[in-house]
Amino acid sequence: MKIDGYDVLRHGLQVLAFCCVVAVFTTMIWPGGGYLRQLLYSVCIGGLTWLTIEFGRLLVPPEQCHREPDSASHGWPKGWRGLLLTAIGIAVGFFGGSRLAAGLLGETARTPVHDLRLALLVTIAAGVIASFYFHARGRQAALQAQAAAAERDAAQARLMLLQSQLEPHMLFNTLANLRALIGADPASAQQMLDRLGDYLRATLGGSRATLHPLEDEFERLADYLELIAVRMGPRLTYRLDLPDALRAAKVPTLLLQPLVENAIRHGLEPQVAGGSVWVSAQAMADDAGGTRLALQVRNSGAPLAAPLPGADGAPGRSFGLIQVRERLRTLYGAQATFELIADNAGHTCANIIFPLQ
Amino acid sequence: MTDASPRALIAEDEPLLAAALQAELARAWPELRIAATVGDGESAVREALRLRPDVLLLDIRMPGLSGLDAAAELADAWDEAAAPFPALAFVTAYDEYAVRAFETQAVDYLLKPVQPARLARTCARLRQALRQRSAPALEQALAQLRALAQAPGLGAPPAAFSTAAARLEVIQAASQTGDGTRIHFVPVAEVLYFEAADKYVRVLTAEREYLIRTPLKELAAQLDPAAFWQIHRGTLVRASAIASAVRDETGRLHLLLRGRAERLAVSRLYAHRFKGM
Repeated sequence: MKIDGYDVLRHGLQVLAFCCVVAVFTTMIWPGGGYLRQLLYSVCIGGLTWLTIEFGRLLVPPEQCHREPDSASHGWPKGWRGLLLTAIGIAVGFFGGSRLAAGLLGETARTPVHDLRLALLVTIAAGVIASFYFHARGRQAALQAQAAAAERDAAQARLMLLQSQLEPHMLFNTLANLRALIGADPASAQQMLDRLGDYLRATLGGSRATLHPLEDEFERLADYLELIAVRMGPRLTYRLDLPDALRAAKVPTLLLQPLVENAIRHGLEPQVAGGSVWVSAQAMADDAGGTRLALQVRNSGAPLAAPLPGADGAPGRSFGLIQVRERLRTLYGAQATFELIADNAGHTCANIIFPLQ
Repeated sequence: MTDASPRALIAEDEPLLAAALQAELARAWPELRIAATVGDGESAVREALRLRPDVLLLDIRMPGLSGLDAAAELADAWDEAAAPFPALAFVTAYDEYAVRAFETQAVDYLLKPVQPARLARTCARLRQALRQRSAPALEQALAQLRALAQAPGLGAPPAAFSTAAARLEVIQAASQTGDGTRIHFVPVAEVLYFEAADKYVRVLTAEREYLIRTPLKELAAQLDPAAFWQIHRGTLVRASAIASAVRDETGRLHLLLRGRAERLAVSRLYAHRFKGM
């Protein structure tokens, strides 16, 4: 349970302001006691409703609340719990608040049933409007925070790609190969240069979008693998399997890049005989009747070594994996799964599944 | 040997680069004959022992054995009575660790992409080395390799990795039992030595042997270097478990341990640690 004092104060003042407005309307309905009397009723009812909801939600376990990223405060309860809490708040506020106000004013006369009904209606309307306002505000803030996190992750992915392609070993080996090709096979040299250009453009001048079509993702992987294929020669075979139906599917920009790089650097490069990399995409139905996208990066290289306790495997490898996991979590939450396993043939497989968009 | 044209062995895993280096060498040093071109460290050692070249050009990053490991392995198996140790030059893509280490140790190296002017200079130095070549060629090469093995990022683990990793206290080794997998917890204090074996590392205590998959280099970074000594590319020994070091008639050094019957071979690269006080 977490209470943010500043948040509570802000909510309270907003409620107070709202009560002042409500009192204007109720003064029009019951001009008898004047604005101040209506204001007192309004503040008592509204205040008690707010207090019940504000602190009542702390009784709901945090798992059943909307998480507000980047905020320590307790979120709004999900689904029917939120509605129930609003109803309880309104009931407590109406009955408790009107008694409190009557007590404070020393009024003992029974309110006519007609007025009571009208007052209840006003309270419900005001309560629903205020609750909806707070709920919408919270939702908007959460969405904004989520979008910001997704953007930040995409930026980080671009930065990592930049680092890997400007990783001196990769870049200078590619240049050395280019230099050799210019003399031996100018046409292949041009092709390699074009690949390098496309590959560099993907990060340096590329799209800043969080998501891009799967087709583009595979095209960037092809650039990278083609550059490596020139260097490794017959030691590398690779295959990219993208069904036509999935070409336009939206995926996080350059999500697979670190996985393919790991497959090359940790899987194949250490093997004298080299090996193969397969990247595939597949649509599959999930239990809920929706469609999910399954992406796989598989390599036949060095087996996964169990990481030592305390050390998270090889430093380069785990950084890429953490980054992939983090991006999936921000974009898809519990909807996405990511696993790194050895299949029956002893191949290392990175499997990613998330909702098809 | 001196009048015959010198012969070179090239070890480079990228086929285009190997061909390019060969072509550039033909221009920079026409008398040099290329005895063989190989694509990995193990082949380099095997072929060098078979062909006994005068010059060895080794790529640093190769699959299997790295260029440095291959040179150390070769120094180990080299028979100096039959032929002097080859003149070494390393080839590397930009790599700040390697370049700094080569500079300080005055080891000949080439940067990729290899430029003709730079290659000509290296060839001149290699020619000079061949002319002056005498008996201590192997010792000289070993001294250089020893220094390189200490350089961070080359032989020693990168600084970031060794400082960040906590000291390992317990080894967790999996074994297959009749009805599943069992994880054995082996205190590092009980381990007498570690030995690399293909895809595994053997962990040996006085009583038993376990297999783990963590590479020896990663393991070494998490062990106290004063407690465990490297005596071979694939062997780390608990210093306090060493009973004696024995040199046989061929000059090879072996260790006898307290608590184990087998003899462990010491690489020439690490032999300097075992002298009388």
